[in-house]
Amino acid sequence: MSAYFADVAALARKDLLVELRTRDTVPAMLLFVVSALVVFHFALPEESSQLAASGMLWIALLFTALLALVRAFVGERDQSTLDGLILAPCDRSAIWLGKTLSVLAFLLFAEAVALPAFALFYESVTWELVAGLALANVGIATVGTLLGAMAAAARARELLLPLLFLPVAIPLIVGGVGATVADDPGRYLAFLGLYDLIFAILSWASFEYVVTE
Amino acid sequence: MSDERLIVRARGLGRRFGDRPILSDVDLDLGTGGFLLVTGPNGSGKTTLMRLFAGLLAPTSGTLEIDADRGRIGFLGHEPLVYRELTPLENLDLYGRLYRVPERRERTGMLLERFGLWAARAEPVSSLSRGMLQRLALCRTLLHDPELLLLDEPFSALDSEGAELLDAELAGHGAKTVVVASHQPERLVGYASERLALA
Repeated sequence: MSAYFADVAALARKDLLVELRTRDTVPAMLLFVVSALVVFHFALPEESSQLAASGMLWIALLFTALLALVRAFVGERDQSTLDGLILAPCDRSAIWLGKTLSVLAFLLFAEAVALPAFALFYESVTWELVAGLALANVGIATVGTLLGAMAAAARARELLLPLLFLPVAIPLIVGGVGATVADDPGRYLAFLGLYDLIFAILSWASFEYVVTE
Repeated sequence: MSDERLIVRARGLGRRFGDRPILSDVDLDLGTGGFLLVTGPNGSGKTTLMRLFAGLLAPTSGTLEIDADRGRIGFLGHEPLVYRELTPLENLDLYGRLYRVPERRERTGMLLERFGLWAARAEPVSSLSRGMLQRLALCRTLLHDPELLLLDEPFSALDSEGAELLDAELAGHGAKTVVVASHQPERLVGYASERLALA
């Protein structure tokens, strides 16, 4: 088991190092999420409710996540390095988990900028929002990484990934917005936790079949 | 074939991509320490055969048995399978961890020195020439001391010094089972114990 997690750590570290050198993904995510929040700020009427602002934040974050997911496996496919990882004797689910952790790190980084911007333009950040985001991040990263690996093999991956991912992400939006604005956030947070658990197991178990021919 | 252990055993092996047959009806036995030279013109299926042996493709017909663990196979393909944003040292360290290479740092350093890459060990791979990239790919392939070595056009892009280093590696393959695919087999005929000509 410790060897498995050592593989996961080595793979996640590699992704973070590659991003540190190329700065391909995180700067694009930061620019997008801040721009989206600014545009939404001017698009929403002044008397708009907290409900609308929360919904906009969740939409902005979901589309920001798509930027990370689209790029997650592009380099691996284009440079064929995924073949190198598949040939290695590590469990193939470790490749998925390593990539999931790096996507999660990128999301956290984007949210560390997005939440202060949200507080500036809209309203203060509540613990319910933070808890909802933390749980939704896990769902986005786990299922999104699996779908990103599927889409990366296709020619029209930029189109295919949103088509695959957005329908699957609807429950995350429902749970996240619900946790942020409902009187009883616990129910929605539990729903997000259950989603994470189910999709993490499904993605972990099915990744091998996605990356092998 | 004597009692020696068979590393590769193929019967009626074939692979199609859609309706297009790329490889068909390959029968093959290769024992421990054997050296198979696969020849054939462009498009004859050499690369497909190597990818089948490596486990990167599944056959669409026939059977293929490889009696070597995934971690004991070394595969050199057309792509170097290294990260261009990382340095040679970082790439080999990553693969060394994944292949659980004992004394990873020493082995990495030894290979980089042997293949003339020590001076470039901390440069990004993207700054290396095509020949140096091929040398690095050879280091990656040999890093875990594979039992089955699969080399697809290994001399491509290598200069004379690089080719001599590879020659030395192949000449001393010992107990390693080696499969080399090449459309210029002259250099390899002396090593080969078996030949397979694909049409």
